[in-house]
Amino acid sequence: MSTLTAERTTAAPADRPRAPKRRLRGEAKLHPLVWVFVLAVMGFSLIPFYWLVNTSLKKGASLSQGELFPSQPTFENYLVVFQNAEFLLALRNSVIIAVVTTTVALVFASFAAYALARLKMRRKAMILTLILSVTTFPAIAIAAPLFSIWREIGLYDMLLGLIIPKLTFALPLAIYTLTSFFKEIPRELEESAYMDGATPFTTFRKVILPLAVPGLATTAILVFISVWNEFLLAVTLTTSPEARPVPVAIAFFSGTSEFDQPLGTISAASVIITVPLVILVLVCQKRIVSGMTAGAVKG
Amino acid sequence: MATKTLAPRRGPVRGGNGRDQAERRLAVRMTAPSLVLMALVAAVPIGYAAWLSLNQYSVRTAGLSRFVGLENYVTALSSPEWWASFGQTFLFAGLSVSLELVLGTAMALLLNLAFRGRALLRTVVLLPYAIVTVVSAITWQTMFQPNMGLVTNVLSALGLPGGDVVWLGEHGYAMTVIVLADVWKTTPFAALIILAGLQVISAETYEAAELDGASKWQAFVHITLPLLRPAIVLAAIFRTMDALRVFDLPFVLTRGANGTESMSMLAYTQLRENRLVGEGSALSLLTFLTVMVVSVVYIRFAGGNIREVAKEEQ
Repeated sequence: MSTLTAERTTAAPADRPRAPKRRLRGEAKLHPLVWVFVLAVMGFSLIPFYWLVNTSLKKGASLSQGELFPSQPTFENYLVVFQNAEFLLALRNSVIIAVVTTTVALVFASFAAYALARLKMRRKAMILTLILSVTTFPAIAIAAPLFSIWREIGLYDMLLGLIIPKLTFALPLAIYTLTSFFKEIPRELEESAYMDGATPFTTFRKVILPLAVPGLATTAILVFISVWNEFLLAVTLTTSPEARPVPVAIAFFSGTSEFDQPLGTISAASVIITVPLVILVLVCQKRIVSGMTAGAVKG
Repeated sequence: MATKTLAPRRGPVRGGNGRDQAERRLAVRMTAPSLVLMALVAAVPIGYAAWLSLNQYSVRTAGLSRFVGLENYVTALSSPEWWASFGQTFLFAGLSVSLELVLGTAMALLLNLAFRGRALLRTVVLLPYAIVTVVSAITWQTMFQPNMGLVTNVLSALGLPGGDVVWLGEHGYAMTVIVLADVWKTTPFAALIILAGLQVISAETYEAAELDGASKWQAFVHITLPLLRPAIVLAAIFRTMDALRVFDLPFVLTRGANGTESMSMLAYTQLRENRLVGEGSALSLLTFLTVMVVSVVYIRFAGGNIREVAKEEQ
């Protein structure tokens, strides 16, 4: 077990300082300059969001003058987006792609991760390295030939044609994150199951999986975010609104009303697909942090 | 998760070789589906791309092609577009990754301090990370849009240069916006990796340094940074590999104009917009090779660090 992971498991649940000494130093007097820096970081993170929302609430002169606060806030841009059939199709496509890919990736990856975390296996290090190397592949190297292959066999511009390659990039992420979660489960539980005569697979199903539910949830969140976010495969392998997911639809969004600046509508569409992700971060912040560092530190 | 990890123990010797073999067979069965899928959808297409790149395809008649050997590579490697996209991709990666590492280290140091509002800061910092990259691009487009953007308006109001510049329409300026959009979205990732490294450094180390009369700055330079190196290198590797395949940001912000066309974008344009399957495949393989070479160099160069981390893991 790595020292890094051990540290994370003890430090992550509570937001408590590492040692009393440092709490004293920290909380008693944080240098004013440090506060300035804290505010700067918060501003850098939040102001662009504010401006996106601000832009989405304006139209006409109010938009083109760049008012700091919308003098006549309007939800018209949002109405335009929700009346746009292509955007709604794209939302549907994104949900289907992300849910299916995440589910399948989690099933496949939990098997592989259990074997890699626990079972005796030949060439384990080599397999792990190979899996990790897939995550560094530039998607264009796969998207370009798939563009030709999919057109030959009829998967071009189909949801399935997107799910398959996205799965290839989701799997290594899921396997890596899950392997480090499985490693954290105490071995004693499995050993008592073995003593009772359980096979390794039964042990996996009845002992490990139930204990790994938090890890599975974390992995699901990370995989979902990355699949939802993916753009290059999506733009290369689709051409019609019937198969386009949200990021591609937004990139090609031209605004439906010709008298309006499309930037207002595009901003509204961006806000709409950002809200669920913001809620996800607010609710599952600790899971996301632990998952990101688990996969990465192990990697 | 909160369970305290116990020292790993070898499984009981009961059963001996028979159980070992059964276990190995199970391990193969459990990993096979994932490995087969990855091989089919990653390795096979790359092999096919190699074949495509050796042929020339008719734009007019579907299915008509002829073998041209390495001609597509010669065309690509002697084209100014390839070398421009090569340079621009590395410029982008160099600028954005170094900014992300410096800012990420600073953010990690902040998040490691105990102060009221630390949890809030962590949430706020994490928000841009979850955002779709395309949305990050649009967000920064709204910030820099002439007349409408916050940055452009503030610059104008203060009488500073840049207020009346069409940022996405000019060389240099366009790259700045793309780098900012990337730094905004991915610094949290670097910060969290570095924070994980920071939390391993024990408080005693600092107390010892303090007793020896070291200033905070000296402690940072001589203790924190060297001990943080493995975490920083790790963040650098992940971020560099990701930055070298940049595509979404220039696609949305400039469609590759004004000195922002990345290697991935050039391959995409040749393939999809110009329908040059052979040359597009050659370009995508060149991109792939470039990224692989960089990753090998990185691991060679930083190998000592990674081996140390691996040793700690045991």
